[in-house]
Amino acid sequence: MTREDIKTLILEIIHDIDDEADFDDLDPDKPLRDQLDLDSMDFLDIVMELRKRHQLQIPESDYPRLATLNSCADYLEPLLQDA
Amino acid sequence: MNNPLDRRIVITGVGLVSPNADNPVEFRRKLLHGISEIQEIDLRYFGKAAAGLCTFPETKHRKNKENKRGTRAGCIGVYCAHEALVNAGIEISSCDPARIGVYIGLTEHGTVETENEVFNISRYNYDTNYWTHHHNPRTVLNNPAGEITMSLGITGPHYSIGAACAAGNAALIQAAQMIRLGEVDMALAGGVSESVGSFGIFASFKAQNALAEATDPRRASRPFDLGRNGIVISEGGCIYVIESMDRALARNARILGEIVGYAMNSDARDFVLPYGPRQAECMRLALRRAGLRPEDVDLINTHATGTRQGDIEECKAIREVFRDSASTYVNNTKSNIGHAMGAAGVLELAGNLPSFDDHLVHPTINIDELDPECSLPNLVVNTPVDAGSISVILNNSFGMVGINSALIVKKFEP
Repeated sequence: MTREDIKTLILEIIHDIDDEADFDDLDPDKPLRDQLDLDSMDFLDIVMELRKRHQLQIPESDYPRLATLNSCADYLEPLLQDA
Repeated sequence: MNNPLDRRIVITGVGLVSPNADNPVEFRRKLLHGISEIQEIDLRYFGKAAAGLCTFPETKHRKNKENKRGTRAGCIGVYCAHEALVNAGIEISSCDPARIGVYIGLTEHGTVETENEVFNISRYNYDTNYWTHHHNPRTVLNNPAGEITMSLGITGPHYSIGAACAAGNAALIQAAQMIRLGEVDMALAGGVSESVGSFGIFASFKAQNALAEATDPRRASRPFDLGRNGIVISEGGCIYVIESMDRALARNARILGEIVGYAMNSDARDFVLPYGPRQAECMRLALRRAGLRPEDVDLINTHATGTRQGDIEECKAIREVFRDSASTYVNNTKSNIGHAMGAAGVLELAGNLPSFDDHLVHPTINIDELDPECSLPNLVVNTPVDAGSISVILNNSFGMVGINSALIVKKFEP
């Protein structure tokens, strides 16, 4: 997966969680939770969907690395390079 | 009134969803015209069955995101609670949120969510790493009541009342008691059910030979009919605004009825079989507390679910208590909407409260051949009856493991 594919994947997952989520003004370097009204349960939904879709077991200690769209791409790119 | 424990308790608002309506006016119209919308559904593992599904504007009061996160029971409850407040003419922002209680009757809760999760992990070789983090907040027993408090910003007490299919009545009783004790000023109380989402509930009734089967699903629920063969399971919800008469009068509220008597008791006998003598005791106790004689009751809305023994036991109990009352009409709402479990008693009450104004008794439908053992005098069959006047309704709701409830609601007179 490319970085862009990964960002699209994350936004798809967030759209499944909240079909009213507005991505128009999303800053890829700012925390997703602050911009999209996501809470800790929503964040766990993202982690679960990555597990279901790509068999990724993300340790809790790595959760901060999924904070922004760009940090998601940074963290997931090597993990999903063959996806 | 000097003693707060003697406070008169009134109903000032109602919000509901039933398998044929999403508001009280439409519900009443369908009941009077005998319009059932029971349909055939296809359940995972189980297959086809007659059931009552509710259609209502699910995102009218809450975002779809919250509906997906929560439970079906919560979704139904949130809609009913908001609608009840609108019906009562209450702006939640004008209330002290700490002085409102939310009491929701449930027959069961968590079955649907647990079945769904087991199915979910079956697709991942039963690896529990795929079990959702939503499971616990969805299945805690206070879930539907808690979802209502979150949606409305209510900070008073909320909890569920588990009383099998007597749970709706039990929640109204709880509300009356908590207002009299001064614990809350107002309550949102009623019942909800999401049981149609559980194959296990259908399979269990079937294993018990108590699940209705019929070619036409609208004809499947047939209490008191000789050809009845069991229960039709429905989802639904009904929540009332309950407050003291003084509070209601102070805000010029429209009063839908006064809760004048109630009783609950236990059979202490059998897991599933009903017991008429204890049901009769329950009705008598409710009458005594209301200070009413049997002949003062204008309408008995029966619990009867369409099982042979259940219908007959209730009829025996009614005969025993009301034998001298030629003016007491009897009807059944489940014949139209099926059995909405924890919501049944409160939904059925909502279907009959309009009798205070229109003086009509809605019919028990689907009776082709009345079971002689259920041939109560004044049983209203297939077409509505104009009773001239209806002032007192007794609402029966009974449940598994031997729990009985009778609630008496009177047309309001200051």
